[in-house]
Amino acid sequence: MRAHRLPHIWCPGCGLGNALRCYVEAMEASDTPLDKHVCVSGIGCSGRAAGYVNVDSYHTTHGRPIPFATGLKLVRPELEVTVFSGDGDLVTIGGNHLIHAARRNLDLNVLCANNFNYGMTGGQFGATTPYAARTTTTPYGNFEQAFNLPLLVAASGATFVSRWTSLHVRQLTKAIERAFEVDGFAFVEILSPCPVGFGRKNEFADALAEMTHFREKAIVRHDADLREVGITMRREDPIILGNFVDEERPSYFVGKDDLLKSVLEGRE
Amino acid sequence: MTGNVAQAWGAKLARAQVIAAYPITPQTTIVERLSDFIAKGELQAKYLTVESEHSAMQACISASLAGARTYTATSSQGLLLMHELLHWASGQRTPVVMGVVNRAVGPPWNIWVDHTDTMAQRDTNWIQAYCENNQEVLDMVIQAYKIGEDAEISLPVMIMEDAFYLSHTAEPVEIPHPTLVDAFLPTFHPRHVLDVDEPLGFNVLAGPDLYEEFRFQLAHAMEATATRIPEVDEEFERSFGRSWGGLMERYRCEDADVVLIAVGTATSTARVVVDGLRDSGVKAGLAKLRFFRPFPREDIKHLAGEVDSITVLDRSYTGTYGGAIYTEVVASVKEIPHSPKVRGFYAGLGGRDLSPEVIKDCMMETLKAEESGVVWADVREFQEV
Repeated sequence: MRAHRLPHIWCPGCGLGNALRCYVEAMEASDTPLDKHVCVSGIGCSGRAAGYVNVDSYHTTHGRPIPFATGLKLVRPELEVTVFSGDGDLVTIGGNHLIHAARRNLDLNVLCANNFNYGMTGGQFGATTPYAARTTTTPYGNFEQAFNLPLLVAASGATFVSRWTSLHVRQLTKAIERAFEVDGFAFVEILSPCPVGFGRKNEFADALAEMTHFREKAIVRHDADLREVGITMRREDPIILGNFVDEERPSYFVGKDDLLKSVLEGRE
Repeated sequence: MTGNVAQAWGAKLARAQVIAAYPITPQTTIVERLSDFIAKGELQAKYLTVESEHSAMQACISASLAGARTYTATSSQGLLLMHELLHWASGQRTPVVMGVVNRAVGPPWNIWVDHTDTMAQRDTNWIQAYCENNQEVLDMVIQAYKIGEDAEISLPVMIMEDAFYLSHTAEPVEIPHPTLVDAFLPTFHPRHVLDVDEPLGFNVLAGPDLYEEFRFQLAHAMEATATRIPEVDEEFERSFGRSWGGLMERYRCEDADVVLIAVGTATSTARVVVDGLRDSGVKAGLAKLRFFRPFPREDIKHLAGEVDSITVLDRSYTGTYGGAIYTEVVASVKEIPHSPKVRGFYAGLGGRDLSPEVIKDCMMETLKAEESGVVWADVREFQEV
């Protein structure tokens, strides 16, 4: 961490502090030395992460951390490139990049803090806001449907797909370590309270109330049917967590090398 | 009310029918307030939070083609992301109205006032108006629809306000009576609309034999705004008792030796500077550019025939020799014989305070200088550490 940049700007009770700590601990535990780790962030509260970690880091324009990370990884494949960003950045304005990076299966790690709204600009609804949730731009509830992120990214072809909350720090740290290990696109969704932007409009009195909800409703089910893990605003519904996808699939570089080898064989 | 609330009230009173936007600081409170108006049933409009500014502009264009009055708002990086579709909005002649809160462009990241974002859109053929205070913001949103929707014009309009100085600062604003606004601003009836009963093909391929004529018509429409804008302002005064001065407003320019040309909130500070200089015997004046597109070429030429020294303040850096306003002013004054000396100053970038002292220094430097030229007014010298 860059100690002189602290304290961070995040609100009391925000999940980003925990998420960042888990990322940092996973980096320290990984076999890759810190000077080979790169942190790329986008726009939103999570964007500040790139400025807090004391590794090479880059703060991109809105929605573009994955294209930046892609370019970097192609040129310097030995680097452990991790995108640390939020749902507004990765799934809405940058949504196209997310599904294409997963399809390409380039060896990137994407840590997506999902707080169900655009927190930094004051809590507007976005592509992850659950049906009926209240935000500043849906004062009577959101009538659009939200993305189910594990399903979306798994269907797009990712090698590793996981979901934890910012309360599940041990499991989350382990999942990030696993994301570093796998050769291919790794996606970790981190459900994260936004007490000021999202929580207070949705009857979570404070951050603790949202975290208590996470704890009480969380069910770990690694083999869950991903069609059923969408987040709802019904308080009785479970929040399904786990390392849903962890399977070998040729990564971008492997696929490229294999094809070129088979095509060029015998041409010498 | 704040400048952002004034924008929202302008769109509400104009009875915008489709609003599509994407959050960005410091714009967001405009569309928040509009969504609130809609949720309470005070404004009958469709509201869309799309997945990016690019999509917001596309939604406004298609809604406008379908015959709806549209509004959106953005800032800085969001405006830059819209750039491709800004050309489409003007090229398709859809009179979309957009509020822009002027904010610096990265890198480095900065959320404070700077005009580079809108100056970078000067070639998109949008009508561009800069505002000095929150009343002007509200009034200009209403005027924007009247100007843009004129059958001879049919062009989109940006109404600009300086980040935080206007967007988040409250001041007394009179809300025009809705009945008067309805009388001033008729409902939107474009000549060509998307209509299943009378199908039309939009955006067909135009080859080298036709393309230039499309651009000529676009230029012709922008030229027409130069006479229509002052007329609309006069009609506005007859309805509401306030006017803002056409393309350019002169303040104490009579017999002046030096006149400052500026846009936005800096013009408020400049009025104080001009008063002070006049009190101390310096014949100073202010020409407030209310519109950058169309550029008030004729007003500038008249002014240039009357003064020997012109100071131009650019709160943006656009990579040209001299700022965006400076280059246009110089081009205009060169069209008259014996053109005056023009000194261009970069100042107040990225929200740096444009104090009365800085503005006064720029004007005094202009009087002393021997020829035209460009100066960074308030930059800190780099020193070896």
